[in-house]
Amino acid sequence: MNFRVIQALVMRYLYLYTRAPVRGIELVFWPMVNLLVWGYLTQYLQKNMAGDFPGQITYLIGAVILWDVLFRAQQGVAIFFLEDVWTRNLLNVFAAPVTTRDYLAATYTIGLLRALVTTTLLGVLSWVLYSFNVFSLHGYLLPFALNLLVFGWALGMISTALIVRWGPAAETLAWAVPFFIQPFAAVFFPMSELPAVFRAFSMALPCSYVFEGMREVLRSGSVSTRDLLLATGLNLVYLAAAGVLFVRVMRTARRKGLLTKFATQ
Amino acid sequence: MFAAFAMSDSVLLARDLTKRFGDFAAVNGVSFEIRPGEILGLLGANGAGKTTAINMMLGLLLPTSGTIEIFGRDLAKHRVEILRRMNFCSTYTNLPGNLYVWQVLTVFGRLYEVPDLKRRIDEVLGLLEIGHLKKRVTGHLSAGESTRLNLCKALLNRPELLLLDEPTASLDPDIADKVRKVVSRVREESGAAILYTSHNMRDVEEICDRVVFLHRGKVLFTGTPAEIVRHFEEDSLENVFIRVARSGDVEFTGETRKAGDE
Ligand SMILES: Nc1ncnc2c1ncn2[C@@H]1O[C@H](COP(=O)(O)OP(=O)(O)OP(=O)(O)O)[C@@H](O)[C@H]1O
Ligand SMILES: [Mg+2]
Repeated sequence: MNFRVIQALVMRYLYLYTRAPVRGIELVFWPMVNLLVWGYLTQYLQKNMAGDFPGQITYLIGAVILWDVLFRAQQGVAIFFLEDVWTRNLLNVFAAPVTTRDYLAATYTIGLLRALVTTTLLGVLSWVLYSFNVFSLHGYLLPFALNLLVFGWALGMISTALIVRWGPAAETLAWAVPFFIQPFAAVFFPMSELPAVFRAFSMALPCSYVFEGMREVLRSGSVSTRDLLLATGLNLVYLAAAGVLFVRVMRTARRKGLLTKFATQ
Repeated sequence: MFAAFAMSDSVLLARDLTKRFGDFAAVNGVSFEIRPGEILGLLGANGAGKTTAINMMLGLLLPTSGTIEIFGRDLAKHRVEILRRMNFCSTYTNLPGNLYVWQVLTVFGRLYEVPDLKRRIDEVLGLLEIGHLKKRVTGHLSAGESTRLNLCKALLNRPELLLLDEPTASLDPDIADKVRKVVSRVREESGAAILYTSHNMRDVEEICDRVVFLHRGKVLFTGTPAEIVRHFEEDSLENVFIRVARSGDVEFTGETRKAGDE
């Protein structure tokens, strides 16, 4: 690992925000809209439903916040690459003395920073507007967030690999990939609601256990260690597999001239 | 055949370099060397394979077969270490247009781990006479200004090997002349070896010590510009270019050396 190189790559990205602070709007706007929609829906349901459920339904707000960790991490990784495509700077970066490892480390850092910004923002807003305290997840908040961060990185690498393989036409995957899995990730409803086929898919996703766990914490105050370990184990598998995919696609790209084609498309 | 190329004698040594895209060979069994301190022109008609060859020298493309040795080491095995000591500038790439000029140079200076970066940035901007653009947004620069900024980026790390793909393509005659002088000066002052492609034969005659002429992915001949002009009994390199490009199958032997034969 060469930290100076990683720092330079991260700096290139941060400069974008100093040059055009308006870019920051994208970072705060969508998560805020999401929170407002789900937050007021939660309030409405709480007022108009009977029984125990209304009390628990605050998990929707928790889901919005935690989902954003995954989404921002994935985007950080995928958009880092696209930024160089858009500015036709790709070859300058890939012909610079940057190892794949350092390149990925820089994308992870951006994913982490993006996730930090939006979770902090959403955490504060949900407290102010809906008295939902993310710290009511207690000590589980950190392992949950870490798991989602890592899964976001893995999805980000997969998105970039697909974009490299299929060319600029596949650019929208940078935004779409997380939403392909969202219905199966048990974000807003438990796995048990899914039919068997989808449930199997859900069980193979590390994030499902996190969202199940989050609801469990809000209901009972604790989570089974087994679920947390499962999430972590699956995550390591996904991260490694995504890394292998990324390295392979980059090799194919160097063989087929995909990177040099990008530069001229 | 390559015994004469002792490893330490050449900065870059391409051996039997081939790049196929499907069954089309963009570069086909090309061998040549770049010697220390020389400016080597890589010539050839559109589509001859110049950019493809350069992309392989940068590790952006993997050769289908053949090898590239730079600074005596195999590029396939030591890519990052080699890249740190070289640099390139190409008409085919831009620098990030949404950053300020100083930001762009800071980022690349750090990527190449340039010592005393602030001073070096002022130095290269001064060399290309664009010091006044330092606080401009890169994307707002004119084509000629961007080309010069690209060159600044390429010079930042004091490369020992510099690959320039059509560095004068979008420049007015005055600036093109200045750029050629900068390239010559860099070679003289730092002893860098330089590979230079251009479609401007006056460029090439002025600054290249030797040229390698590519035609449909193959090396047709190598030699000094003067040797080549003499051999073809033409009065300029431009006329040789036109003649060869139109009938690329000309036999060429004679005093002008073929790659790898010396
Ligand atoms: N990634 C690729 N996939 C398929 N064909 C390619 C690819 N890259 C280059 N080629 C082909 O290889 C040939 C050589 O292209 P190259 O860009 O190396 O030519 P060049 O000598 O630089 O030409 P010019 O003077 O026009 O810049 C061309 O026919 C081009 O279409
Ligand atoms: Mg070219």
